[in-house]
Amino acid sequence: MEALRAGWFFFQDQVLGMQWLNRLIGRGVAALGLDPEGLWGGILRFFLYDTVKIFVLLSVLIFVISYIQSYFPPERTRKILGRFRGLWANILAALLGTVTPFCSCSSIPLFMGFTSAGLPVGVTFSFLISSPMVDLGSLVLLMSVFGGRVAVVYVLFGLVIAVAGGTLLDKLGMERYVEDFIRSAPRLETESAALTRQDRALYARDQLLATIRKVAPYIFLGVGVGAVIHNVIPQTWVETVLGDRNPLAVVLATAVGVPMYADIFGTIPVAESLLFKGAGLGTVLSFMMAVTTLSLPSLIMLKKTVKPRLLGAFIAVCTVGIILVGYFFNALQAFLI
Amino acid sequence: MEILVVGGGCADCDKVYADTLEAVEELGLAADVRKVEDLVEMVRMGIMSVPALVVDGRTVSAGRSLRKKQILQLLRQETK
Repeated sequence: MEALRAGWFFFQDQVLGMQWLNRLIGRGVAALGLDPEGLWGGILRFFLYDTVKIFVLLSVLIFVISYIQSYFPPERTRKILGRFRGLWANILAALLGTVTPFCSCSSIPLFMGFTSAGLPVGVTFSFLISSPMVDLGSLVLLMSVFGGRVAVVYVLFGLVIAVAGGTLLDKLGMERYVEDFIRSAPRLETESAALTRQDRALYARDQLLATIRKVAPYIFLGVGVGAVIHNVIPQTWVETVLGDRNPLAVVLATAVGVPMYADIFGTIPVAESLLFKGAGLGTVLSFMMAVTTLSLPSLIMLKKTVKPRLLGAFIAVCTVGIILVGYFFNALQAFLI
Repeated sequence: MEILVVGGGCADCDKVYADTLEAVEELGLAADVRKVEDLVEMVRMGIMSVPALVVDGRTVSAGRSLRKKQILQLLRQETK
């Protein structure tokens, strides 16, 4: 048991967390004549370590995940979901949301495709909530930064919000508030082409390159902001605004995060340094969930396909869910890290 | 031949459209290239992931940010 534990911690800290890299970069920074614990040396160290770590993990992850995802194109997901009813359909939608490939600009065609095929609105929303918030990549990256327990609990709660949110929207009778042109659209059954193993590997490689190109600016920005928070912003500021002394910290973090648009990979370094500076764990996770799940560009697109009532309900359900998770995590923080 | 590039409002879709225009030119195809950004039309075509490339009513690629080389390859296959 002890050996197993030690093995896991080695995997978490050295393989996923790449602590050896941090030490190596620390030495390199010192060789340049900068103090790795000082202001500029610290910023440089954080920046180099986090960018290299995130890009390496990201490359391996996206490739593996895209390979798995090539088995679940949206057409197939829609077909699978069509066979289930009630809560099971919501749970399955949330789970499939974690493996179906999908970028924010596809969310609307996907929403319309699901709805016009007769899937209940609640099921589609379970999918739409879980897809950006929880994916396999974020699970591994969270493990690297916050440790295994936090990562697993984050994913579980993400799925709970997705299932509960979708079910609630359904119970509120939101079906009515989908724009008419979608409901009246013809139901189409499209087949996706059969892929060989080579096709999948090629697809995975393309996804890897496209994703890296797309998220790189967010990662540099995220790590840059993270490095500044990590080394410049005084701990007492963060503690006062986002620590446990401020009962509204979670609400504040969520409100700031909702209109922002960033990839989860760019958000994690910011979250990491805020946590290091004494922000509550739940506060930080709320911020991450809010940034990834709700953003102005995706809401503007969604507005074209649903009426204001449903849009409002969607925003409200997500926001409340994220805030609740934040308080819950803050209460549990002592047991998780 | 009719080529539709489906998807609007994202940089990748614009890029695929521009590259398709160039590819058609390079291959010297007598093709009508059009960009589909209308949501209703997208639903009718059964497209769920963008950018998508539709040649003569058949979806040859969906949800992939194709590069020009790949578009050339796809179009060559279609014209064979």
